[in-house]
Amino acid sequence: MFDIERWQEIFDTIRKNKLRTFLTGLSVASGIFILVILLGFGQGMQNGIAKEFENDASNRIAVWTQVTTKAYKGLNPGRSIQMRNGNLNHIETRFSDQLEDRSGMFRVRNALVNYKKESVGYSVQGIHGGYQFIENQFISQGRYINYEDHRNVSKVAVISNTIKKEIFKDGTDPLGEYLDISGLKFKIVGVYGDMAGEREEERIFIPMSTAQRVFNGADRVNNLYFTLKPVENFEQAVAESMKFSKDMKSYLQEAHTVSPDDESAINVFNTLEEVKRFFNLITGIKMFFWFVGICTIIAGVVGVSNIMLIVVKERTREIGVRKALGAKPWSIVGMILHEAIFVTAISGFAGLIVSMGLLEIFGPYIEVDYILNPTVNFNVALTTVFVLIFAGAVAGFFPAWRAANIQVIDALRDE
Amino acid sequence: MIEIKDLHKSYRMGSNSLHVLKGINFTAESGELVAIMGSSGSGKSTLLNILGMLDEADSGDYTLDGVPIKNLNETKAAKYRNKFLGFIFQSFNLINYKSALENVALPLYYQRIPRKERQERAMKYLGQVGLKEWAHHLPSELSGGQKQRVAIARAMAAEPKVLLADEPTGALDSTTSYEVMDLIQKINDQGNTILVVTHEDDIAHMCKRIIHLKDGVIEKDEKVTQVRASQYV
Repeated sequence: MFDIERWQEIFDTIRKNKLRTFLTGLSVASGIFILVILLGFGQGMQNGIAKEFENDASNRIAVWTQVTTKAYKGLNPGRSIQMRNGNLNHIETRFSDQLEDRSGMFRVRNALVNYKKESVGYSVQGIHGGYQFIENQFISQGRYINYEDHRNVSKVAVISNTIKKEIFKDGTDPLGEYLDISGLKFKIVGVYGDMAGEREEERIFIPMSTAQRVFNGADRVNNLYFTLKPVENFEQAVAESMKFSKDMKSYLQEAHTVSPDDESAINVFNTLEEVKRFFNLITGIKMFFWFVGICTIIAGVVGVSNIMLIVVKERTREIGVRKALGAKPWSIVGMILHEAIFVTAISGFAGLIVSMGLLEIFGPYIEVDYILNPTVNFNVALTTVFVLIFAGAVAGFFPAWRAANIQVIDALRDE
Repeated sequence: MIEIKDLHKSYRMGSNSLHVLKGINFTAESGELVAIMGSSGSGKSTLLNILGMLDEADSGDYTLDGVPIKNLNETKAAKYRNKFLGFIFQSFNLINYKSALENVALPLYYQRIPRKERQERAMKYLGQVGLKEWAHHLPSELSGGQKQRVAIARAMAAEPKVLLADEPTGALDSTTSYEVMDLIQKINDQGNTILVVTHEDDIAHMCKRIIHLKDGVIEKDEKVTQVRASQYV
């Protein structure tokens, strides 16, 4: 490998056959190019989907209710199910060692929001403090709704950056200002933001207890939200999360006398389950991309192999002479193999560099649905390099073997 | 230098076998210049191939410089060829993309001699065949006689025990043939053992001994008075 002579031999041959070597190299280079681009897009899809789920905590579980569709224990279908504070408290107690954050939600219907005579068209929702983490919201100013607010039934509100931009155009500090919600004054204590951007920033939050008491909610709850404590690995997290969803659903069905077969009365949305489904999909797609890429490389390798066979055929006499002069079979194998690996490696690297450069330059501009910043990481690049060298060795082996078995007498026989 | 005893070789041609060498015996001393003559099919090429370790005899003994040559695998044969033998071919067999110098240096490459020394030695032998100025020319830029002289220099470069020349003048006109024979005679004068296969009478008589081969046996083995090629040059 570090034999200068042999390198010279190879450069000599390549120099003699520029076009042939170039065309061979091109097939390998395009193979690698396609593989890397495909893998880049596989990663891009993963990024894109990860981005879609970034909006919420990825282990978010949401519960909402609708009407029953099945008769159960003498009750007619078509009953609407209403969750109560008691349900949330029960779940909290029963699953306390699993739960990380929890929050109920009470939607204030037809709330009229005004700030200094100006009408503000946003919905108002009563929540618990844990909602911030469940929705992956961050605090830009002040604080979020907390347990004290809830306990004291405080008339406080948290607005979003978007809302702040709209109603405090003049740059007034919103903290300490009062919003008028359906005729009641709520003090603004904080400004939140959401990773997902503006479409998730169109709500005003007030404490759950305040929402229920002030807006005739009694102990009614519209939605429940939970996140679970993180566990070691993804598989385990999915398993625990699914079990929790199932147990909680059974409890709610029992508590509200709903048939266990009734799929629509009580709905549980488990983000993790969706994430898992998407990741499985991505894994499948990535495998497919690898498969296609490898097939392309195989086509390239077959090309190199073919060319090397022709090279061996063309150089039969030369190989015969070399053997007559004392070249050992292994040195002939080495020579052909070396050339094959060199051609594949160089052209493969060219393909790798071009494709990675392309991804590096244009990748960040690619942002369509479910595809974001396609890149290949270092490990993938490293893997392709090994694939290349292996491919070169395979491509060169059969021609080299044939070359080594050339009989000197046959090779030197005058035609 | 060369000792051959009762050498037999036959080739299988489908169902029947062709007995090419039917018991060859001869000895060549160091410093001899031997011509092997015979019509085509007499077995002279087969004999040369066996002497050159490119082929193996079915039976019989072959000793080269005291080393018994038998049970060769490819690697061993390559080693012996490199150490003991220099080949000169009818069609020169130079590597066409290598310069004269590189061609001459090639056997030294397989002896693992460092590059610099190789170049020096190759240049020395090119000088001996009078082609120093042509060292960096490709074979395609040389005349037939020059090509054969490069080939002779290449055969000499590894400093072998025996030079085997297979019809060295077969592809050359008579003037060039005599030049090449003159060179071969001079190399022989320095004490090298040379075997020349030829079917030309005048070339054979420029050697010191002629072995006539017919139908796989030695018909006649005679010492001759050497005709110096230099008188025709």
